[in-house]
Amino acid sequence: MNTRLIAIVASAAVLFASPSFADAKKDAKSQVEFGISVAQRGLWREAIYRWEKATQIDPSYAAAYNDLAIGYEHEGQLDKARKAYEKALELDPNNSQVRQNYELFKEINDRTAQKDK
Amino acid sequence: MIGPHRKTSNALPRFVLACIAAMLAALVAACGTDYFEIPIETPIQPKLDVSPFQRVLVIGFVAGGTDDVDANQETVRLLRSQLRTKSSLKVIDADILPLIEVARDQSQQTPSDDSNGPRGEGSAPPRANANGNGAGVGERIQGVALPPNIKDEKDLEPYERLFANTAYWKRIGEEFQNPLIVTGTVLFTNRSTSGFVQRDQETFDSLGRRRVMPMRTYMERKGFILRPKFVFIDGRTGATMYSESYREEILYNAQQNTPALSSYFELMDRLVPNFLSALSSQKIRGTRVLLK
Repeated sequence: MNTRLIAIVASAAVLFASPSFADAKKDAKSQVEFGISVAQRGLWREAIYRWEKATQIDPSYAAAYNDLAIGYEHEGQLDKARKAYEKALELDPNNSQVRQNYELFKEINDRTAQKDK
Repeated sequence: MIGPHRKTSNALPRFVLACIAAMLAALVAACGTDYFEIPIETPIQPKLDVSPFQRVLVIGFVAGGTDDVDANQETVRLLRSQLRTKSSLKVIDADILPLIEVARDQSQQTPSDDSNGPRGEGSAPPRANANGNGAGVGERIQGVALPPNIKDEKDLEPYERLFANTAYWKRIGEEFQNPLIVTGTVLFTNRSTSGFVQRDQETFDSLGRRRVMPMRTYMERKGFILRPKFVFIDGRTGATMYSESYREEILYNAQQNTPALSSYFELMDRLVPNFLSALSSQKIRGTRVLLK
């Protein structure tokens, strides 16, 4: 039992320390940064594509989900935006900026939901 | 001798400080900003599918409350002008119907009138309908006691049956080539209240620094309440497609004399985006924070 645990911990340590994992993180970050730069120029679809790619590369990247949620929100894809915000908060529950974005989003989303009643 | 010596003694700490500042700047530059505020516009889809309609008719409202504002006239005018600029539908300019009179006429009609059908059907202008001839066959508000003055929601309630009179609305629709009909109720009433209110009070300390402190003060206040209900009717069938009710309130210092009409417009200004979002897609502007 102990040897198995040690093996798991050791392999996890190797994986996290491996250059490929670090590269993936770096790649995801560069996708997010590129997404931000194009979003700032109004190219939201390209930004969404980049942020989606970032979440595929690194599914634990909370900021990528936050940015993706904003992109979806801007495109009016409110269901997708909500899921992305929730994922970002699941990964980083104490991030006040993600929470603030989500609260602002909910205000709009609740208004449209009210209309559907 | 003294001058250059002094210069050397000051230069070293300055050099050290400059180095530290440069290192800090390099560090900040390397880390970069991790968040970026960005303006966004969230598109909201309209509640109603208005694609079958090319035209919209804001026909009139059952209005009550204060006599200072003709809420029927003002609401129709405001909504028409908003729809002209902010929706793709063509706005029909027609006489505004005094729906209170229409409702009263319908309530006074006897069942035997039904056999004759609506007089002047298909040709009479809406104004003629207001004189009691427009109800048509079908559901009516006969036998319902309608209060002569509408002062509150209770008074307004019996009038709401007018919107269920599909035959009447269908006939109006036929007269205007089946538009989307916008009608409803508007109650604009006075309100006065007193109690503790929290206000920010500006103070200056002995050094002249400005401070804003929240203060609780007892105040007599007066103002208005606006309670509109917008009813959207399919002019082809006379059936209600959708309706929505709102309530907005504004209060002023009792000494402040604000005209009722300007308060009405201030309150309507808050509601108009909601009204428009039922008919046309709207964009809600906001700011979000992108993270690295």
